[in-house]
Amino acid sequence: MMRRDRPTTAPPWPVWLPGGLALLFLGLPIVGLFVRAPWPRMWEVLTSPTSLDALRLSLVTASAATLVTIVIGIPLAWLLARSDFRGRGFVRALVTVPLVLPPVVGGIALLLAFGRRGIVGQYLDSCCGVTLPFTTPGVVVAETFVAMPFLVITIEGALRGLDTRFEDAAATLGAGRLTVFRRVTLPLILPSIAAGIVLTFARALGEFGATITFAGNLQGVTQTLPLAVYIGLEGDPNDAIALSLVLLAVSVIVLVALRDTWLRTGAAS
Amino acid sequence: MHLIRPAILLTTALVLAACGSSATTSPAESATGTTEVGSRPTGSITVFAASSLKGSFTTLGAQFMAANPGTSITFSFGASSTLATQITQKAPADVFASASQKTMDTVTTAGAATGDKVFAVNTLEIATPTKPTTPVTSLADLAKPGVKVVVCQKDVPCGVAAASLFTKNKLTVTAVSEEVDVKSVLSKIVLGEADAGIVYVTDVKAAKDTVVGVEIPADQNVTTKYPIAPITASTNTALAQAFVDYVLSADGQSVLSAAGFASQ
Repeated sequence: MMRRDRPTTAPPWPVWLPGGLALLFLGLPIVGLFVRAPWPRMWEVLTSPTSLDALRLSLVTASAATLVTIVIGIPLAWLLARSDFRGRGFVRALVTVPLVLPPVVGGIALLLAFGRRGIVGQYLDSCCGVTLPFTTPGVVVAETFVAMPFLVITIEGALRGLDTRFEDAAATLGAGRLTVFRRVTLPLILPSIAAGIVLTFARALGEFGATITFAGNLQGVTQTLPLAVYIGLEGDPNDAIALSLVLLAVSVIVLVALRDTWLRTGAAS
Repeated sequence: MHLIRPAILLTTALVLAACGSSATTSPAESATGTTEVGSRPTGSITVFAASSLKGSFTTLGAQFMAANPGTSITFSFGASSTLATQITQKAPADVFASASQKTMDTVTTAGAATGDKVFAVNTLEIATPTKPTTPVTSLADLAKPGVKVVVCQKDVPCGVAAASLFTKNKLTVTAVSEEVDVKSVLSKIVLGEADAGIVYVTDVKAAKDTVVGVEIPADQNVTTKYPIAPITASTNTALAQAFVDYVLSADGQSVLSAAGFASQ
């Protein structure tokens, strides 16, 4: 191990003040949640039908959104990283749009595309009687829309950074392109895939704006945990705080999971 | 916890700056009319008002500011219950106009406001899309299977009103969504996603030709009273009271009745 080069890279003392302020600013809201949480009523709140429905729905929809993202997002990442087509830069920009778009705007955009009067939705409705708004699949659509970029961007970056000599070697030994991808490429970018999946799941789980705009809010059907937290604030704020702690716990678990994958990536390279 | 103090100081400084800038215009005003005994309210206030008041209060605010130079009124519109929570959590509000007495009561019992007065009465109406998928022409249609009904969620005044409307008419309506406030209900109808939404008469009127209203007969309808009160913690009680008085005045009432509110 190399010793840290303190004299030249260590920040001078005045940096401690704003840095410390930033840390306090980020940490205090979390402390607030813990201080004000209705601890004696915690179990009662968390096992109420509203909470259990929201928790179940959140886990189901976030998992479904992650699955959809894996099935169609990985191929998109592969195309973006490894194929040369006209307008690839534009496509990549398009993929990142949901990352920076306010989720509410995403929800409105989804309504205009897949709503009952939407440019695609009206045909879904007339041909197959499928309407997405106000349904659980609608929640999955909203969550997939906002979360997919995380997986695509993560995997595309990993593919671009990959040393292609291993794949070339496999190809010269007679492996087909799919076999090379499956047997050589995928194992090499596995840590990135894992990190991307965890990020996608976390983003899907926390999705609020697009969901409430596109899918509405109904207990057991479209009311996910973040929606239950927001609605809870109108009724009993204590319920909202208790449910917030559940989401916080999930976030912490996600962070721990990510740390492990990052550590493994660090060890591999 | 020490962080909170600078934040408050900063907010106060901003508010003072705002007051200062508006105050610079008013002395010139009062200088011309030195004989005037009553001091004109100046400065700025923030009015927390129910979502359904958006149109009429925006107009009222503009008229008030035009009639009282040197004043500035900022509005924060939202579900009454959300606003009530914010106020009891010490949000910087000066006036609260609620869409239900019950929500106002939670604020007054918490000691955050006193002396609330009813300033308007609203009734419900069914909003339907301009190009209906499943036509809704009466209250009874809402209970039919396949009709997509959107209401406000149960803790919001318009949701409470919708629930009592259904109970009063012995209707079992299964809503496809319980929206956060009345404007969200309306937007689902404007976009044609739902077949019917329970909103206020004033919302249908404000939405003009983007929705089609289906009137509910008076004997089947429910009414909601709108109370208004100055907030006790207000830093500009004079202006807060002046705005409340204006809403209750003949000028204020004519704006409200033009928006479709019933007289008390």
